Amino acid sequence: MSCSRRDFLKDAVSGAAATVLPLSAFTFLTTDEAKAAIAEATVRWAFLVDTTKCVGCGLCVKACKNENEIPYDAPVTRTWVERYVVTKDGRTLADSPNGGRDGFTTGTIRGEEIDPENVAKAFFVPKLCNQCDNPACVQVCPVGATYQTHDGVVLIDREWCIGCGYCIMACPYGVRFFHPEHKVADKCNFCYHRITKGMQPACVDSCAFGARRIANLRDPDDPVTQIITTERVAVLKDEYGTKPHVFYIGLDASVR
Amino acid sequence: MKRHVLHPLWVAIGLVGLIFLARLFVVPDDFGVHGDSFTYNYHRLSNVQEWQEFPVKYQGRDSCAECHKDNVRTQRRGPHKRIQCENCHGPSGPPGNHPDNEEYLPLNKERDLCMRCHASLEYPDAARSELPAIHDRRHKRRRECVECHNPHDPREDVE
Repeated sequence: MSCSRRDFLKDAVSGAAATVLPLSAFTFLTTDEAKAAIAEATVRWAFLVDTTKCVGCGLCVKACKNENEIPYDAPVTRTWVERYVVTKDGRTLADSPNGGRDGFTTGTIRGEEIDPENVAKAFFVPKLCNQCDNPACVQVCPVGATYQTHDGVVLIDREWCIGCGYCIMACPYGVRFFHPEHKVADKCNFCYHRITKGMQPACVDSCAFGARRIANLRDPDDPVTQIITTERVAVLKDEYGTKPHVFYIGLDASVR
Repeated sequence: MKRHVLHPLWVAIGLVGLIFLARLFVVPDDFGVHGDSFTYNYHRLSNVQEWQEFPVKYQGRDSCAECHKDNVRTQRRGPHKRIQCENCHGPSGPPGNHPDNEEYLPLNKERDLCMRCHASLEYPDAARSELPAIHDRRHKRRRECVECHNPHDPREDVE
């Protein structure tokens, strides 16, 4: 192989340039700039529901409706409480009258009187938006009206939503509904206006039993994060691959 | 090409152009991908701010304690200490409504409110069964609970 001096110099210069030029694509950040760039990753909201503590008073549902201006008597709600009763003869009964807004004050389920002697186990399961890592509702939105914020909460742009209802169908958890006044899709957003001000969501504040708690998964010192990461918790419908971020303690297999 | 072919073609191209032109005016400037994923982060950025500015209604017990020290103190020493004031008194916000607007804070003294926790449900092993409970039909029917029980500290009777 022959190589003239001219060719050698040419290749050497262009080779050096090819290795150095991509480096210029990297920029040097000041400390503040670097902090700002990673600031987005310092919060990831999650929720912890302890079903063993819930007594089914429904004050969370009431508080949520008042806080988030959801029409009080319309059959829609951002959060709700389900009651499950498993009888000794192997049946599972579930109900959530008005989403549990007025609590559970009788043993009658869907018009059926249950003999207390026949109850094998009974419990209450609060439900709300799971703020999934892979939200199916966001994937299907044709206009970009629903999206995930950098802290993991899925929001709905009320000005941009056309009310087509695809997201309501797509959510495996059924947390989305059509807002009867704004005529757009609506759902729980962990009280985004409260958590971003350092407050607790309205349902968490109103729960007298500590059954509902909010966590920042990126903060290892957060006591609720420590429970989620070190204790046995479950999520709903894991098989859908949506990576839900509402974690449950004491979740029974009969819960759907 | 024949004119009857070209004419509709120009119309179609013109319409598409019109749509792109309209898009320039209709789509807000801050609409775009704000994050890692086109699938999940494609949105109008200012909407995040709009949700953060949503008015807060439930201000919390600490804000009540600024004026109602005595009631908060009574409530904090009793078994109802875990219950927020606004669960029964109603939300005090958004700011400007209470105490300025007397109408705004509707106190709920109904028996139904107490029954949310204290109606007897005989469920084995449930947290509900651990609360003191009554049978609605057997205990002082149609009387309001607050006629006898002090809701701030239910260990005290109403004098």
